[in-house]
Amino acid sequence: MSQQAQPAVATPPAPGPKEKDGRTAQRPLALRILARPDVGVFLGAVAVYVFFLVAAPPVREAGSMANILYQSSTIGIMALPVALLMIGGEFDLSAGVAVITSALTAAMLSYQLTLNVWAGVIVALVVSLAIGFLNGWLVVRTGLPSFLITLGSFLILQGVNLAVTKLVTGNVATDDISNMDGFDQAKAVFASSFDIGGVQVKITIFWWLFFAAIATWVLLRTRYGNWTFAVGGNKDSARAVGVPVNFTKISLFMLVGFGAWFVGMHQLFSFNTVQSGEGVGQELIYISAAVIGGCLLTGGAGSAIGPVFGAFMFGMVQQGIVYAGWNPDWFKAFLGVMLLGAVMINLWVQRTATRR
Amino acid sequence: MTDNRTGTHGAVLQDDASTDGAPIVELRGAGKSYGNIRALHGVDLKVFPDQVTCVLGDNGAGKSTLIKIISGLHQHTEGDFLVDGAPVRFSTPREALDKGIATVYQDLATVPLMPVWRNFFLGSEMTKGPWPVRRLDIARMKETADRELRNMGIVLDDLDQPIGTLSGGQRQCVAIARAVYFGARVLILDEPTAALGVKQSGVVLKYIAAARERGLGVIFITHNPHHAYMVGDHFSVLRLGTLELSAERSDITLEELTNHMAGGAELAALKHELSQVRGVDTEELPGEEDLTAPVATGPEGKS
Repeated sequence: MSQQAQPAVATPPAPGPKEKDGRTAQRPLALRILARPDVGVFLGAVAVYVFFLVAAPPVREAGSMANILYQSSTIGIMALPVALLMIGGEFDLSAGVAVITSALTAAMLSYQLTLNVWAGVIVALVVSLAIGFLNGWLVVRTGLPSFLITLGSFLILQGVNLAVTKLVTGNVATDDISNMDGFDQAKAVFASSFDIGGVQVKITIFWWLFFAAIATWVLLRTRYGNWTFAVGGNKDSARAVGVPVNFTKISLFMLVGFGAWFVGMHQLFSFNTVQSGEGVGQELIYISAAVIGGCLLTGGAGSAIGPVFGAFMFGMVQQGIVYAGWNPDWFKAFLGVMLLGAVMINLWVQRTATRR
Repeated sequence: MTDNRTGTHGAVLQDDASTDGAPIVELRGAGKSYGNIRALHGVDLKVFPDQVTCVLGDNGAGKSTLIKIISGLHQHTEGDFLVDGAPVRFSTPREALDKGIATVYQDLATVPLMPVWRNFFLGSEMTKGPWPVRRLDIARMKETADRELRNMGIVLDDLDQPIGTLSGGQRQCVAIARAVYFGARVLILDEPTAALGVKQSGVVLKYIAAARERGLGVIFITHNPHHAYMVGDHFSVLRLGTLELSAERSDITLEELTNHMAGGAELAALKHELSQVRGVDTEELPGEEDLTAPVATGPEGKS
């Protein structure tokens, strides 16, 4: 009744003699390029640009272009870390008001204690990073969706911004800090402009492109970038093969904090005062720029270049409406249409490009 | 995180203290409770190099808990867990990896949207250059991944394709090749054949044998006694969180293994019940007397 089964297999499999699997045919180069999400958004940005070039003649001047790029850069600098965080599988809804929190901290601290503004700038950086850390730490510790956690911190920061500003200054805005020590230095770093060929170009444009280049390099060429894709793509798998998931997620949130600090400092040093109620709604602009830029809402896929074009589209529309002489009240409606249109065109292009 | 990684290349056994006779991984009366639920209790298990240790059991028998303890995802709450004779308690999978214990999970532990080569090196990427510009050595990683996969008999056209586009068997094999390459001394396979077709299962079984040929100790978790018997050297059957059977290959037949796997004693009772029902021929069914394999009682007699 009992029979011995054949002996255990002992021969290792022979190395494959075939050079190629032969089942994957190379698709044409054009289709492969079109299948990339950042190429789709690039085409979208070109389309919007051409549209306003035709519809709004003032856009054709170099000065307006500098203005459009400046508008794009203030969105784009924040859209970059938001996009990286999204690739890492998380959201940050507090990104918009965190910008104002950072600016308020720097303004009030240096004004009320009559310090050099750099002291305020440094403290604001620490505060911004701490907010990012807290968001990230709560997300990895509780395992709750970051949507909920950062919705909470969004509301908290919104309230704290207003209440603390009123408490300290008796007003809803901070006092003018333009004649304090170190203001000119800080303005040179965060909010100066250059003269290039007779056109005033804001420094944030260069910071924006510089950060985008670094983000692209980090994402595609470093271990940290690899980990970012992995924690967004499959957190448990990443942890099991030894990726420091918690570190990666928390540091991505802190990166958003850094972005908020930078944009906050820019606002402070270009307007000299900060309105404590601003920033609400900006977080959705950043997130939309990242999504239009081809970052997957669920994480694990995306690029840093895509959001650059996404932010450019937003800046283009925002300024283009003004140049075209339309009622700027339509801005948000136009944005919504663009967001839907861009996402659908992106989807369509990707599907047609990957199908054949 | 310690940095005494056990070699990052294929050759790992030259500094191996555990030659014949000494197990790499040993569990002595190990157990695990989640709150008031005792998932695993009093399990003895030894993993030797050059051997495939099969752990069998039905759903909920404690197989997953057992490998989670060994791979560092959970900590045991009773008994001892020894690696190279020294008691250990891992708090992260990284620590287990550093000791040379690699796990290929049921859900494959790959990130579907990432390219094959990035998955192959995930968590242990090759880098070049000094710190501020330290970057991935992409050319070397692609080349190494291709070579290692070919050594295991997996030929892929394009290592840049997302690993999610590979078949389940191919993904499983990539995960095994990765574990072998990163100097695993013990390879834990969590039901590698469960979701696969007949032919693909055969491919995976060949890689298990190949891994053993390279001197690894393999823990093969399965609920398929046929697959286990094809490659196994030692068989442990878990039932309701305790060890029901622990036998060498020479002491057991496939049929006995199958019976134990199916909960032999219960089957005998079932046979008795079925015999009351008209129309069921119970003569052909195995009875209690067929279960001659030694039931786990204590430390195993011979290695």
